Amino acid sequence: MGMRLNVNGVVHELDVEPDAPLLWVIRDELNLTGTKFGCGISACGACTLHVNGKPVRSCTVAVGSVAGATITTIEGLGAGALTAVQDAWIEHQVPQCGYCQSGMIMAVSALLAVNPAPTDDQLAASITNICRCGTYPRIRAAVRTVTAGTGGRGQ
Amino acid sequence: MITRRRFLIGGATATGALIVGYGFWPSRRLARAGVLAAQSGERLVVSWIKIADDDIISVVIPHCDMGTGIFTSLSQMAAEELDADWGKVRAETAPADPLFANGPLAEGFLLNARKMTAESIPTFLRGAVASTLGTIAGYVDLQTTGGSAAVRMTGIYGMRIAGAAVREMLVKAAAARMSAPIGAFRTEMSRVIHAPSGKSFSYGELAATAGRYSPSSHPTLKAKREYTIVGKSMPRFDIPAKVNGAVRYGIDTQLPGMVYGAIKISPVFGGKLVSVSDAPVAHNRGVKKIVKLDDAVVVLADRFWRARSAVDALAPVFDDGGNGDVSSMTIRDRHIAALKAGKIKQDLAMGIGADALKSGTVVERVYNVPYLAHAAMEPVNATALYKPDGTLEVWAATQDGLGSRAFCAKAAGIHMDKVAFHLLPSGGAFGRRLPDLWNFLTYAVKTAMVMPGVPVKLIFTREQDMQHDFYRPNVTSRFRAVVDTGGMPVGWVNDYITDDEANTEAHIVYAVSNQAYGAVKVATHVPTGPWRSVEASWHGFFVESFIDELAHEANRDPLEYRRALLKDKPRHLATLNLAAEKAGWDTPLPSGRGRGIAMVECFGTIVAHVAEVEITDDGVLTVCCVTSAADCGMAVNPDGFRAQIEGAVIFGLSAALYGEITIDHGAVVQQNFPDYRMMRLAECPAIDVHILESDAPLGGAGEPGTPPVAPAVTNAIFAATGVRIRELPIRNHALGKAARP
Repeated sequence: MGMRLNVNGVVHELDVEPDAPLLWVIRDELNLTGTKFGCGISACGACTLHVNGKPVRSCTVAVGSVAGATITTIEGLGAGALTAVQDAWIEHQVPQCGYCQSGMIMAVSALLAVNPAPTDDQLAASITNICRCGTYPRIRAAVRTVTAGTGGRGQ
Repeated sequence: MITRRRFLIGGATATGALIVGYGFWPSRRLARAGVLAAQSGERLVVSWIKIADDDIISVVIPHCDMGTGIFTSLSQMAAEELDADWGKVRAETAPADPLFANGPLAEGFLLNARKMTAESIPTFLRGAVASTLGTIAGYVDLQTTGGSAAVRMTGIYGMRIAGAAVREMLVKAAAARMSAPIGAFRTEMSRVIHAPSGKSFSYGELAATAGRYSPSSHPTLKAKREYTIVGKSMPRFDIPAKVNGAVRYGIDTQLPGMVYGAIKISPVFGGKLVSVSDAPVAHNRGVKKIVKLDDAVVVLADRFWRARSAVDALAPVFDDGGNGDVSSMTIRDRHIAALKAGKIKQDLAMGIGADALKSGTVVERVYNVPYLAHAAMEPVNATALYKPDGTLEVWAATQDGLGSRAFCAKAAGIHMDKVAFHLLPSGGAFGRRLPDLWNFLTYAVKTAMVMPGVPVKLIFTREQDMQHDFYRPNVTSRFRAVVDTGGMPVGWVNDYITDDEANTEAHIVYAVSNQAYGAVKVATHVPTGPWRSVEASWHGFFVESFIDELAHEANRDPLEYRRALLKDKPRHLATLNLAAEKAGWDTPLPSGRGRGIAMVECFGTIVAHVAEVEITDDGVLTVCCVTSAADCGMAVNPDGFRAQIEGAVIFGLSAALYGEITIDHGAVVQQNFPDYRMMRLAECPAIDVHILESDAPLGGAGEPGTPPVAPAVTNAIFAATGVRIRELPIRNHALGKAARP
């Protein structure tokens, strides 16, 4: 029952049931714990990662359905360096507890990849992840910094 | 009982209280603490401050990181007095050991309450007191994070004094080296400088010598005007590791050979497990064991998803503990009946108290708030390893490392010395992880003891987390006010339901000459506990709704009405006025829009919010913006303080608009975020926070922003529509044209 999973550029050989949730395979088989468990039913977005560049809530994705796809988690997002989104998150001091922020950053990064200058309405329609600490105003501000290209850090 | 040398420090605070500093240790105990907390090349100079050879200063924080930024703000307070080079300051979590108990937190409350009684113990600490030593003296063994207390207790009574004492020890060390008088030295940027010669030493060079001196019990503290680190928006230490997935929360604990537990607890609180058949899952891949506990069943498997799908496939039978008929309706009926029966425990009376109701025009209103779950993003979980030698090791995110250690020892029936507890950052808490709300620790420990030698990570699913919380209580409150001919209150009688003690948060700041408060105790089987802002979360809504109703009854502007009752409360008045001014209170609004104002003081901080709402003819509500003013004395980290108010507003909005846990057949109905809705980005208003500086003692940051949110919004809804909401959540009420008076 071997399965090949390409995560962050590394191909892993796995012995798991095809219907195992991608989230738990990523966390418990690959020990990539940056992707979080929040609800288990795709309601909160804490488990958001990229499958072929698209944002996916991995808690309800069967691992068998993404064998052969290119999967990116928060750990693989910047290929060693922080991305402009992550820089903006630090500049605006976005996270509080930080638990939802991997999912937020993955969701925002995927949006900006296809729509580099979303309107506020487009941002709100696209980013439906839950943050219990209430960092939404800073998320908005951080996204504006990224889209305006005015990030101050290291530029 | 641990004895700790405690020193009294001369001088008085603004409120006239004696300042009690942190008790520093004799060197023998410091050496033992050094073994626990210091790495090679580091020296623990006093309990909470380490200085390494390379000048890195580590502040050891006796709290958990739940996202409020206290590791940074407490370090700022220590570093300020230490004259540290901020670039070389770090923070780390204190070991869960009595040597690192948070004495200043305890003493902070002792100062405020002077004389402790069971009722004067703040709600968020009651569990800690009960679960450690069972006495008020147990206070000295706590590491609780709650009550918005880190800065105003640990910081004020601990970190500041520790920093100043260490600075003096470093100066003494330099003076000894140069055989020069202490007065010839000054400190700056982590260096001790001999002013006459210009010769200087780094703190790292001096740490070993400095550590040999006894810390002064009364170090000289800086004046506020000398601050260069406190009062600045220093970037938080914890944020870089929170943007790349690097932080390891409790749930991220991974140990070799670990197994995973998924649990199903009796749906009715207090119900017991009657029977469960292993047959459906006994041969499932990876399933190791099916553990039957008193009131729950746990499946242990080699992977969490296997444990979870197995537990879902079981059909355990639980009894209902005699509470199978309880519902939100029956609880509500009991509240109303209890208020009518008048079995009231008088709490506080001023003037002629309830006798004020005997004459004049009485305005009576009844309000209610529902049960609420905490629903932190990280579902509760714990990892436990019970070793064959009878010792226990536990990894979890809680709001009290030391208290958790004692609690786990009790759950395992072993001595605390045989327990190691590793406190990890939490993915939100909001009160859920406070002392004694630790069902997740109990289940993890009991399950691990069934598999000695094997680490067990027990994770609640979101559904179990939501259905087995300790809820913000469902509270009903009745107000009766006597008003004079001008509509101003001259009598204020408030009786409210409580499942605990009387609440001082019910007491109003408004100048009403006759007041009486009564608590009516109604206990149910639903477990309750502190929820961000605790009692203020309900009394804030009740009081600020009722005062608004009185203003409208008197045909007076709600802001001006409040002002008239706050003439002798300059800080409250200033806070209210600033929020109103920044919100443009007097500027006209288009039809369909309304503004509401509310102000609550709690945890030493006054917060006023003005909410602006828009409601369509069809009744669709939008909270457009919230303008906030807060007086916390001084913000140690202003940007961090603003973030806490923003977060508290959104937390309060989720609750006010949508939040409701209902009980049916004795169990919680809601299961997950679809039926326990949270505010999302699309609904989030603009939030504009203004900080007032005052001479008041430092106030809390995490909680005080929450209570005034709900009444600011419901008052705004009334202004826009004439619909008065007396029961939360708002979404249960029709607001469209047809529903308006």
